[in-house]
Amino acid sequence: MTVVEDAPAPTPGEQAHPETVPQVDFDTDPTRYRHWRLEVDGETAWVYLDVAEDGGLVPGYELKLNSYDLGVDIELYDITQRLRFSHPEVRSVVLTSGKDSNFCAGANIRMLAQSSHPWKVNFCKFTNETRNGIEDMTAHSGQTWVAALNGTAAGGGYEMALACETILLVNDRSSAVALPEVPLLGVLPGTGGLTRVTDKRHVRKDRADIFATKSEGFQGPKAVEWKLVDETVSRKQWDETVRARAAEAAATSNRPADAQGIELPPLQREVTEDAITYPNVRCAIDRQARTATITVLGPEPGTVPESLDRIHALGADFWPLAMTRELDDLILRLRTNELDIGTWLIKTQGSVEGALAFERVIAEHSGSDWLVNEIRHYFKRTLKRLDVTSRSLIALVEPGSCFAGALLELALACDRQYMLEGIFEDADEEQEPAQIVVTESTFGAFPMGNGLTRLQSRFYGDDETVAALHERVGERLTGAEAEEAGLVTDAPDDIDWEDEIRILLEERASLSPDALTGMEANHRFVGPETMETRIFGRLTAWQNWIFIRPNASGAEGALRRYGTGRKADFDKKRV
Amino acid sequence: MTSSRPKIDFDAKIPNNVDLASDRKLQRALERWQPNFLDWWGDMGPAVDTKDVYLRTAVDVGREGWAHFDHVPMNEYRWGVFLSEHDPDRKIAFGEHKGEPVWQEVPGEYRADLQRLIVIQGDTEPASVEQQRFLGATAPSLYDMRNLFQVNVEEGRHLWAMVYLLHAYFGRAGREEADQLLARNSGSDDSPRILGAFNEETPDWLSFYMFTYFTDRDGKYQLGTLKESGFDPLSRTCEFMLKEEAHHMFVGTTGIDRVVTRTAQLMNEHDSEDVAGAGGIPLDMIQKYINFHYTVSLDLFGNESSTNAANYFTAGLKGRWQEERRKDDHVLTDDAGAVDAVRDGQITTTEVPALLALNQDLRSEYIGDCSNGLKRWNRILEKHGIDARLSLPHVGFNRQVGAFAGQRISPEGKMISEDEWQRNEGRWLPTEVDKTHVRGLMHPVLEPGKIASWIAPPTNGINDKPVDFEYVHFN
Ligand SMILES: [Fe+2]
Ligand SMILES: [Fe+2]
Repeated sequence: MTVVEDAPAPTPGEQAHPETVPQVDFDTDPTRYRHWRLEVDGETAWVYLDVAEDGGLVPGYELKLNSYDLGVDIELYDITQRLRFSHPEVRSVVLTSGKDSNFCAGANIRMLAQSSHPWKVNFCKFTNETRNGIEDMTAHSGQTWVAALNGTAAGGGYEMALACETILLVNDRSSAVALPEVPLLGVLPGTGGLTRVTDKRHVRKDRADIFATKSEGFQGPKAVEWKLVDETVSRKQWDETVRARAAEAAATSNRPADAQGIELPPLQREVTEDAITYPNVRCAIDRQARTATITVLGPEPGTVPESLDRIHALGADFWPLAMTRELDDLILRLRTNELDIGTWLIKTQGSVEGALAFERVIAEHSGSDWLVNEIRHYFKRTLKRLDVTSRSLIALVEPGSCFAGALLELALACDRQYMLEGIFEDADEEQEPAQIVVTESTFGAFPMGNGLTRLQSRFYGDDETVAALHERVGERLTGAEAEEAGLVTDAPDDIDWEDEIRILLEERASLSPDALTGMEANHRFVGPETMETRIFGRLTAWQNWIFIRPNASGAEGALRRYGTGRKADFDKKRV
Repeated sequence: MTSSRPKIDFDAKIPNNVDLASDRKLQRALERWQPNFLDWWGDMGPAVDTKDVYLRTAVDVGREGWAHFDHVPMNEYRWGVFLSEHDPDRKIAFGEHKGEPVWQEVPGEYRADLQRLIVIQGDTEPASVEQQRFLGATAPSLYDMRNLFQVNVEEGRHLWAMVYLLHAYFGRAGREEADQLLARNSGSDDSPRILGAFNEETPDWLSFYMFTYFTDRDGKYQLGTLKESGFDPLSRTCEFMLKEEAHHMFVGTTGIDRVVTRTAQLMNEHDSEDVAGAGGIPLDMIQKYINFHYTVSLDLFGNESSTNAANYFTAGLKGRWQEERRKDDHVLTDDAGAVDAVRDGQITTTEVPALLALNQDLRSEYIGDCSNGLKRWNRILEKHGIDARLSLPHVGFNRQVGAFAGQRISPEGKMISEDEWQRNEGRWLPTEVDKTHVRGLMHPVLEPGKIASWIAPPTNGINDKPVDFEYVHFN
């Protein structure tokens, strides 16, 4: 994130008041884009960043120099989803600027200066997720991204380019790539910048140090020499070269040539004061208890499509996709709009048989059919959103639930899992005791950011247990069996259930939200570091620390002083 | 699930006013716990083999119900679960929740604290039974033996009361804590009772009276603060326990009365302070026992200045003694209090926020109450024309906990050197010689109406029965 060069002086003490922060909506579609143009030309999609200066999501800043805010990123996320699902013919994606003068100046600095801490954190998290998603497209969707930097890419602008597989920079003796956050703003290039320079582009650490402290960055030839970009191209050869690289990238794709995309119609969502309801996902908010109960409705056993054609015909109505879209939307909305709701209770409802039937369809076709493959990776990314969500996640496995296979991942993503042993004795309807089921997908279909399955993360360092569970694929496990197998935290019976859960939730609600966020993030991501975990765990954590320090966000800090003509006044102590 | 277990007829076996017959949760917990309790009682309860004992059983909370007397075999004693009457309008009387309705369920935020308070209280109840296990064998009369067993069964019932709370309100964690209450044992090396004073043995009857006077009285004050709790079931449980606790105090008070009386009689008979040779307990020995039991009981109040006590108060978990009769805002955030301190070799006080001074506040109430006994016993001495007087030592004397821990302070409250302490310790605290003498007097007297040499007979029997009533039958 960075710099609007001519940012007007912020008024001292100006901060977005929580009540002026809007309810954020993540719905959009290409007809509504204000900041992007998407042009699909055969096997290549051209994605132009062309930010409307007056199109900020929140009043108080202008999006000059192709700088961005959350609204710009929401559109970019929508573009990635449309390309995946509606444009299977696309095999490479060129990310470039619709402006003549520059590529992108990064996140809008006035926006950052006026934003509350939670807003900044949520914004950066979403941005990170979209960028990881772009890399996921290159890796798993056969849609390779090429950054065509036809002007200067600074801060977040360069970070966006870093998410692409290839970076081209125009060689016009003025355009550069730069990470000016440290020298100009006293913060970090915190949405992947520092990490990708070293971990992905393998820039030497001393050079990375110079680059990240040199506000003007490097122009083409030097940027190539230092591996900051892959290629620098004169203006004359620019268009031709970009097209050539796009074609080369497309050639590596395994996407079918003649595939038909599916539509992603607007979600059916009903929002009331304390509920958000979709056809396949329900959320009830208890503001007093500060909990959200999220219920994912499983598929009915009889509704499994009998053929691939039928799946394609169903498109967005195909249950796994419909459910994932709704869950994705719900997670984003709760995360951004419901900061006080500190605990999410995750439930499922439906038939175990139905969940397993869909599971078999996905397993059968995800290697061969582009759409089924996309759905699997989409659910994977949605689970990853859950993994990095700063809320206490508690799975409640009750009779009538369907935590089987892919849906079991929802429970495993939680910080704790409680499963009723037996049934609720005073229930109106006849009940079967709850069951959970591990399937093949538990062992690799939905890896976490650390590269491990949730099961491997749960039993980190205990491969024997994981192997033993592999032997039990398909078995219906009751509460006591699941507890014995270590798949749930506790399996209270009917008599204890209500008290245990109530006390647990009340106790949780009394703990420091900050400490919980830190603790949960530590527990969820065990074991090996990957670029992804380094971005979320190391880079972001440092960034969020720096954000709240006076040297950045104090009245005399760099972020607030930027553009005032006055220098930041630093507390010189190293901490 | 417990469906294969034989069903217990709860209402018949366990007198209660908590609707045990229709509470599945409690039944399930008690089904498992009750046999363990009976095993514990068999192993750790009174070691004397009796046929039956004239005991009071609480069968209801009403005036008639809670004092039901009969001869019962002790292992058939019906330990009940009773809460005092429910007041639907009761409000929290103090702390940050002041004025809110009391809680009928454990607020999750305070689960850990409440559970801890209940476990600590609960741990003391069976501890005293264990400490007194062998006393029955040397009872100075059947009347006293019966009183000992009455105290024992009621401490057992107090354990039940705390276990009831753990079972009914704290879920699985509560059941585990309830099991631990039976697994810890007084004086055990592996798993001792939580509080130090409850790991000391009660080796003789003088110690028993002292324990019931001083240490049980600490229990009374702790219960009094828990009676104020915003957690209503705890409050009601403790309120009912206090009724029984009053009898334990009575055993202690009258027990010491009778020892002092006998000593005074012997002093007059022999015209000498040294009544040891005449089978009595000399006055200075009684004083040493007072000094010891009083000061170890003071330690039970914890540090004079305590953030735990402040937190409990603010949270509404544990109030002050007679909270509702106090004339202040019951929130105390703006008040100050003084706590004992030792500074520059001087005994003094420090001003702290009132919330931090609650332990000392409670201890002061306790000390005031203790001094009543001293007045009583000195009146007995006076009546017998004896000039010597018994007294409570200074609060800083012989302390292991709080501001005075590690200090050498005389019973008069003078800071003294280690040397001076060493020279005088034997004049202030029971020596081996004293203990041996007292233990030497402990011979059982099992004949109805007869009494041991070192103690005067009681003035009245139990429940209007004569003193020579056969309170205990033997096999
Ligand atoms: Fe007691
Ligand atoms: Fe007692």
